[in-house]
Amino acid sequence: MPDEKDTPNIQAPTRSTRRESFVKLGLGSMAIAGAGASVFGYEFLSPNVLYEPSPITNAGKPDRYPQGSVTADPKNGIYVVHGPQGFYALSAICTHLGCLTTWAPEQGLIACPCHGSKFTPEGIKIEGPAPRPLAWLKVWVGEDGDLMVDRSATVPAKQFLRA
Amino acid sequence: MANPIEAYVNGLRETRWWRSVFRSGSGATNLHRSLAVQQNIFMHLFSVKMRRAALNFNVTWYLGTLSLTTFIILVATGIPLMLYYHPSVPQAYADMKDLQFVVSAGVFLRNLHRWSAHAMVLLVFAHMFKVFYRGAYRPPREFNWVIGVALLLVTLFLSYTGYLLPWDQLAFWAITVGSNILSAVPVLGQKIRFLMLGGNTVNANALLRFYVLHCVILPLIAFLFIGIHFWRIRKDGGLYTGRSKSNE
Repeated sequence: MPDEKDTPNIQAPTRSTRRESFVKLGLGSMAIAGAGASVFGYEFLSPNVLYEPSPITNAGKPDRYPQGSVTADPKNGIYVVHGPQGFYALSAICTHLGCLTTWAPEQGLIACPCHGSKFTPEGIKIEGPAPRPLAWLKVWVGEDGDLMVDRSATVPAKQFLRA
Repeated sequence: MANPIEAYVNGLRETRWWRSVFRSGSGATNLHRSLAVQQNIFMHLFSVKMRRAALNFNVTWYLGTLSLTTFIILVATGIPLMLYYHPSVPQAYADMKDLQFVVSAGVFLRNLHRWSAHAMVLLVFAHMFKVFYRGAYRPPREFNWVIGVALLLVTLFLSYTGYLLPWDQLAFWAITVGSNILSAVPVLGQKIRFLMLGGNTVNANALLRFYVLHCVILPLIAFLFIGIHFWRIRKDGGLYTGRSKSNE
C-alpha cells in the first residue's frame, strides 16, 4: 500500500464493473429464458394434430345432379353445380368474412346472410362487400364413380368436369 | 345510555380478536380514520382523504364505480354458471339451455350475467367519454388513461370471448366473422387466427380456448389493471374535479 488514496479509486470501478457484468449476465439469462418461453409457448399453442373434418367430400353419383341444378351441401360448405358445360363445385364460404352462403333458387343466386353479398351460380360476385368470387374447388370422379370434392384445393374458374 | 346493540358492537370492537383483524381500533380521530383506510388491503388503494367536490355526482356520474359494480356482478354470476357449463361441442349449447330451463335460478344468473355484460360495455364507454370530454385524461393522469384504454380492450375481449360460449348459431357465425376480421392483420393475421382458434375453423379447440380466456386469463388481467387503475387515482392526486387547487 504505497498510496492509500489510490486504493478506493482503483477498486470502485472494478466493483461496479463486476456488478455491471452480473447485471448483464442476469438480463442475458432472462432474455434467453424469455425467448425460450416464447418459442415453447408458440409451439404449445399451435396444435400439431387437428381433429377437423376431412376436406374431401364424397358428393355421390353424378346422376344425382340434374342438368342445370345447384345443390348446396351446407354441412361441408360446398355447392355441386351441374351446368351446361359440365360439373363443378364452389365453396359456399363467403369470401368476405367466412359466412356460409345459401342457394336462393327463386332468384337463381347464391346469397350470403351476413352482409348481403350475392353471387351467380358460377361464383361471380354481383352485389355486396365480398372482395373475390367464390372459390372453384377441385372435383373428380372417384374409383367407384362418385363425385369427389376437395374443399382445400381451389382450381381456376371455368374448369368443368364432364362425367 | 346508548342502545344495547350499539353498546354490544362497541364492546365487540374492543375485543382482542376484532383488534387482531382491524388494528386501528374504533377511535373517531383523523388518525384512526386514516389508519382504518391504510391498514385495509382493499381500502388502501384509495386515499384517506378526498375532496368533497369529487363526491359530487356531476364530476363522474359515478360511471367508473358503476363499471366496477357490473364487473363484480359478472364475476359473482359467472362463477356459479361455470358449475353447470361444459365447454365442449356436444354439451355447451345444451348446458346453456339447461341453465335457462332446468337449473334452479339458472335463468336468473345467466340473464344477470348477460345484461351486466352489455351494461359493462356501455358503462365503460360512457366512463371513457366522460373522462375524455372533461379533459380528465390530461397530466398527471395520462398514464391512467392508458390503463383505462387497456381495460376497455379487456372488457371488449371478455365480451367477445363470452359471446361464443352459448355455442348457438349467433355465437358461431359471430366468432367466424370476428376471427376472419382478425386474419386481415398484415403478415401475422392468419397465424394469430390459427392460434386464437386452435385450428382453421371455429370448433372444439376454439370453444375451449375462448372459455379459458373468458373465465381465467382475461378476468385476471382485468383484476390486475383495475388494481393499478384505482391505485393511480390516488397517486395522481385523486379524482379530477375540474377545479384548480386555489378554488377549493
